[in-house]
Parts: sequence; C-alpha cells; structure tokens
Amino acid sequence: MGIHPILSAMRRNKFGAILIAAQMAVTLAFLANALTLIEHRLAWSARPTGVDEANVFVMSTESTDHVGDPAARQATDLAALRSLGGVVDVYPTNDFPMQGGGWAETVELVANQQTPAALTAYYFGDERALHTLGLTLVAGRNFSADEIVVRTDSNVPQASGFLVTKALAQRLFPAGDALGRSIFVENTAAPSPIIGIIDRLQGPYTGATGITSTFAENSVLAPYRPIGESSRYMVRAQPGQLASVMKSAEAKLFDLDGNRILRSRSMAEIRLQAYRGNRGLVVLLVAVCTALLIVTAFGVIGLTSYWVAQRRQQIGIRRALGATRRAIVKHFQTENFLIAAAGALGGIACAIGLNLWMVRSFEMVRMDNSRAIGGALLMLILGQLAVLWPALRAASIPPALATRGG
Amino acid sequence: MLAYYVGLGLRSLRRNVALTALMIAAIGVGIGASMTTLTVFRAMSGNPIPQKSHQLFAPQIDNWGPNKPGEQSEDQLEDQLSYIDAMALMRAHAARRQSALYLTHLFLRPPDQQQKPLKVMVRAAYADFFPMFDVPFKYGGAWTAADDESRAAVVVVTRDMNDRLFGGINSIGKTIHLDNEMYRVVGVLDDWQPIPHFYDLHVVPFGESDEIFLPFNRAIDKHMAGIGQTSCMSEVQAGWEARLRSDCVWLQFWAELPTAADVQKYRGYLYNYAAEQRRVGRFNWPPHTQLRDVMQWLRYRHVVPSEVNILLLVSFGFLFVCLLNAMGLMLAKIMGRAGDIGVRRALGASRGAIFAQCLVETGVVGFTGGVFGLALTGLGLLSARSLLPKDFVALTHLDAADVAIAVLLGIAATVAAGLYPTWRAAHVLPAWQLKAQ
Repeated sequence: MGIHPILSAMRRNKFGAILIAAQMAVTLAFLANALTLIEHRLAWSARPTGVDEANVFVMSTESTDHVGDPAARQATDLAALRSLGGVVDVYPTNDFPMQGGGWAETVELVANQQTPAALTAYYFGDERALHTLGLTLVAGRNFSADEIVVRTDSNVPQASGFLVTKALAQRLFPAGDALGRSIFVENTAAPSPIIGIIDRLQGPYTGATGITSTFAENSVLAPYRPIGESSRYMVRAQPGQLASVMKSAEAKLFDLDGNRILRSRSMAEIRLQAYRGNRGLVVLLVAVCTALLIVTAFGVIGLTSYWVAQRRQQIGIRRALGATRRAIVKHFQTENFLIAAAGALGGIACAIGLNLWMVRSFEMVRMDNSRAIGGALLMLILGQLAVLWPALRAASIPPALATRGG
Repeated sequence: MLAYYVGLGLRSLRRNVALTALMIAAIGVGIGASMTTLTVFRAMSGNPIPQKSHQLFAPQIDNWGPNKPGEQSEDQLEDQLSYIDAMALMRAHAARRQSALYLTHLFLRPPDQQQKPLKVMVRAAYADFFPMFDVPFKYGGAWTAADDESRAAVVVVTRDMNDRLFGGINSIGKTIHLDNEMYRVVGVLDDWQPIPHFYDLHVVPFGESDEIFLPFNRAIDKHMAGIGQTSCMSEVQAGWEARLRSDCVWLQFWAELPTAADVQKYRGYLYNYAAEQRRVGRFNWPPHTQLRDVMQWLRYRHVVPSEVNILLLVSFGFLFVCLLNAMGLMLAKIMGRAGDIGVRRALGASRGAIFAQCLVETGVVGFTGGVFGLALTGLGLLSARSLLPKDFVALTHLDAADVAIAVLLGIAATVAAGLYPTWRAAHVLPAWQLKAQ
C-alpha cells in the first residue's frame, strides 16, 4: 500500500497530526538539552581530584581560648597525629579540593604583568603534602623539609619554589618546558621557580559554571606552613582504617586540648556534600524527562485511539474489501512514522535553537548535535511503541461493521 | 445555566473515565512540575524588603581602574567597597541613613557553662542598619550612634540565638562572651530573615546567616576578620592596618535615599567623590560609580542561579507538552460527542450556548487538574527539600499565592488548550450529525 491514502487520511485530521508532531518536537527539544546538561553535570561531579579520596580526611581545629603559641599548638597536634596507629601521614593546609571555595591567585610570567597568564588555586603544604594526599609527581622534585617556611597573617615570606599541576604548567608553558621556569604568584615583584609538576590536584572550587570552572585543574602548591588561630590538617589513613583513625584522631586532639572546636570530614563525605546540588539537578531533570516521555506516549495513544474510533467504519470497509489485519496495523504505523518524522525534524531544529538561546542567556553547556539526532530516533521508537496498542485495536475491527449503519 | 453546565461537565467527566483521567493526569503532572520550580524561583527572585526596596541603594566605586587583573564584571565594577571608600561614605553622611557592614566569625561562650563554646556568625554594622532595613525587635532595640562612636561592647541578637542562649526570656542587659570579651545585649530581634539575603550576597544568599550584630567600629578595632569574600587588585602587605589602608574590597554598603531627589543628589555625591580621589592622585582614571536599588542589585548579582532558570524553562516546556496533549485528548473527547451536540443544536441551542457548555466542561477538567497538580507540587517540594542543598530549604514553602497560581494556571491553561476543540464543537452542523445518527 502506498503512502497516498495515509496522507489523504491525515489531511482530514490535520489538527490532531499537528498536535502530535508539535508535542514530539517540543519533547525532543527539551529532552536533548536536558540530556546534555545531565551528562555534563554527572561528568563534572565525577572528576577525580587527584587525591587518594578513599583514605584521606580533613580535620579543622580552632582553639576557643586563644591562649598560647599557635605554632607550638599546631606542632603538638601534628606530632600526636603522626604517632597515632593507622595514620600514614599528616600535613597542615589552607584549603583542600571540593571545599567549595578557597584561595585563588593570578599567575604572571613577567613582573607586574597587566593581564595575568592564568588563574589558579593556591594551596599551602609542606614536604609531606604529596605523600599525604597520594599525589603523583610527573617531573621535578618535591619540597625538602628545609624549604618549608611558616606563614601567618602578618608574615608572608617569599616562597623558594612552587609545585604546579600539569594543567597549569601546560597553560603557562605550552612548549612543555615549565620545569625550572619562574612564575609570579601572589608576589607580583619577585618570582619563584617551578620545582616540580604534579599530575593532578584539583582546585577547591566545585561550581560547574562560572569563572572558577575555567581553571578547575590549575593548582599551585606553595611551601608554607600556615599558622593562625585555626588549623586544618589533611590526614591519610591506612587503607580500610579511615573511620577508626578518624575517631582516634579526634579523641587524641581533644586529649591534648579540650578547649577547641574540632570538625573532621572524610573526602568521601566532602564529595557527597560538594555535589549535592548537582545531584539534585540531575534527579529533577531525569524525573521531568521521564514524565515528558510518558506524557508524549500517552498523547499518541489517546489521539490514535480517537482516530481509530472515528474511522471504525472506514476500517471495516477496508477490511471487507480485503485488507489484512497487518495492512491496517501498518497503516497506523506508517501514519505515526510520518507524523513522528515531521516532529523529529522540527524537534532537532528546536533543540539546536533552544540550546543556542540557553547558552547565550543562562550558563548552559553547548549541545552535541548527536544528542538531538539520538533524541529524534528515540521519538520515532516511542511513537511506534505508543501506536501499537490502538493500531492492534483497529486491526481487530470486524469487516462486518462496514455493512451496518452509515 | 452555569450550574447546569457544571453538572453536565461533571457528568461528561464520568462518561469517558479513561480519557478524562488521562487529561487530568496530563494537566496535573504539568502543573505539578512547573509549580514546583516556579515556587523555588519565586522565592529566589522575590523582593526581600518590598516596602522599602526602592529606597535602599548599594553604591559602587571603581577603585581599581581600567587595568584590573583577571575576569571583569559586566560593568567593570567591584560589588564591594574598600575600607577607605566605605569610611569616606560614612563620614560624608550624604544619605538619610547608611551603614557599612561585613560578616565575621566569633567564639561565643554560652552563659550556661555546661554548653560547649560555639562559633557564631556576627554582623558588624552601624546603628542605622536596623531602622534602615525595618528590622523588627522583640525586646529592646538598636544601639545608638553614640555607641558606634564609643565602640561600645553591645550586641543585638536574633530571636533564635536568644532562645538558644537565654531560653527566650527578655535578655536585655544580660551579657554574653564573644572571643573572651563581655558584650551587653541591647536588643533581641523578632523573626527576620530576608530572602534573598540581599544586603550581603557573598555568604549564603538563601540560607541563614547573621546570628549576632555588633558595632562596626568595634569590630574593626578588635581586628575581627571578615569571612565573606575579599578581593585585592594587587599584593597587600600583611597585617590588619595594611588591609585597612589597602584597596582590597570586602565591605558591603547600603544607603537609604527616600526620594528621587535624594537619589540624584547621592549619585552626584558619588561621582564627585571619585573625581576628588582622582584630583588628589589616588585614582588615575575617570570617575566610574554606580548606585543600584535592591531589585536592581539582585538582578545585577545574578542571585537566581542559572540552574534554576534552566529548570524553570524545562518544567514550563513540560507543561506546554502536557497542554498540547490535553488539547488533543479534549478534541477527541468533544468530537466524540458530536452527536449529542448536534441534537442540542437541533433543539435550538445557539452556538454560544454550546461554546459556553464546552468551556465550562474544560474548566472543570482544568480545575481538577490544577488541584491534582497542587498535590503533586506539594510532593515535588518535599522531594526537592531532600535533594537540594540545605541553604535552599527556606525556598521550598508553598504560600497562598502559589496555591492560587497553581489552580488558576490549571484552569487558564486547560481552557486555552480547550479553545480550539470548543470552537470546533460549536461549529458542528446539527443536520449532518442528526443524519449520521
């Protein structure tokens, strides 16, 4: 059977056909964009930080009475933590990955450069930092113990050298000769050399959009031991002992000084919290997309059923004239295919248009056009599945119907 | 007649249960999804201080010049002020009321020695802060301008904090310890939590923040460090005094300007201030200043995250699809009754009467769908509460306006979707239908 009778049948039901096509087009436009966003956010929240997350936790401590020498207090804490069973290593830091916000700096290649060469996260750490976090050095060397200097709010000594991440090194020196080169970070008048390159150490920012997302993998590790009223310790536990070490570490620090506010969180916990909003967005989008597909499918079922009911007599006549059940089913399937194809084509255009507009108006990611095409295929399949039931009902109309009424 | 049509509408709903249920479900689900995001969006983009938002202004002064490092905002202005500029504005007293403010973190030792010390969010502000923002008091009141001058050790606490520390009694005159210093309570706030937290968007725009308020000058004297964002154009010498002398921006500033003339005057004052700074050699660029009221400020700071905009868009797209769907089903349902309509027309019903009847019928569907959608919105908000970060929980409350919007949206959208099918119904030819019977 040719397409002609289907087209002429459709012409009598223009409005219904247009409704279904429009519904599919709009569904596709939102589906493709939502999928793009879902993919982007899932990938974003799954990015590795470079840290041995399974075994590392963060302890923040602050003395409530502010008496005594903060440097001595910190040294006591660190020594106590290091002597604890199950602790691999410890170091004091300013910020940590997935913290949500933190110290950002500009990096310049020449003194007082007007436009900075890069933006970067700015971490402090000592010679134990790499080992504690489980970072890999891909070039150069680690800090030595005698390079580490104390840093306070009122005393900021010059860094003898920096460790930088591979991402930052590549950004600053695309030729690949970053090691040994001098960069200006924080101090715009005096540079320090890059002494080592870290494979990966993510910055403390978690936002999937905005300025901080553009330098998420840029980090500088400076050889400072931060001393102040509060301290933050990164602790790495023996594999599998994180929970017990966390507990004994807290008890130990409270033993040393009960007048403190102490908070410890595992990196796993931090990750969960950091991407909670992202996860919420993904769940909401998945829910809306599923509902969209279901509603569209029911729309097809509803309207096709109506057409079947409307054309009972015509179908009966066709059956009486010798059309097989298969031919009737095929009629509705072809009809649906034509409508869905029109909807899908319109939908691809809508999806691309919507994406361009969203990229301009909101901080939306660009859509890969294959998503729109994949969505179009999905629409065709959805249409065929939805039309099956009413089409089978149509095929079961007895030919005898044609002889009655009319 | 209307009651009769409503009765007919209800009866016809019962006649084709599957189709009706599908229609109500489609509308309900669409309304539920869009209302859930709309509720959150409305709370985020709402006016936190409607009675005064047009009289409160945040001034901005370009103290970094055109050669700023890093990313630049759209108008090349920073959204906070340096200590130098904020103090100059305070001294000038060019507005009816004004206050520089910032947030700091202090240790609080509860009066009950059994409780552990806790860290509290403390807002440093001037006495004008309270009358300027219409802050309600339960007990006592704001401190005075004289307290500002004398750097008095006085505090205002929120109602929650008062409940926690003093069990909710009138605590005026009692003392609390903040960072090992004694402070006298002069005021207890009543419930007050502007959403968004317009006067300082750096901390948590939608969550709770300030728990205790104390005089700005005292906070500065005691070197209480800001915990919001601090941005510096260039390297700054270490230490508190150097920070105060620097061009780092870290202070919020608000001014109350009741009339348009006051606003005009203040704009002029800001411009002249920047010009003066250029004349004395501090700035070497043309004056660049800005003055925005509360709602302009919230838009400027993009307080509604782009994710929420996207969600809103997606859910209204979904509502649109649901309505297209309902429209198709409605068409099927109404045209399925072309016979009845033909009979009514033949018995003398006018087109208008048929139109009215069908419209009432779709209205009934829309109302039911809207109510169903409202229930879904409630569920949606409950699940959103468990999904979203804690700071957003305050946004997931359904108010009376939201309920009205949901039901009206349901009716309006369904009736709009039903217009074409209804119009078709009204044009059913009586003779043709009767013959077909």
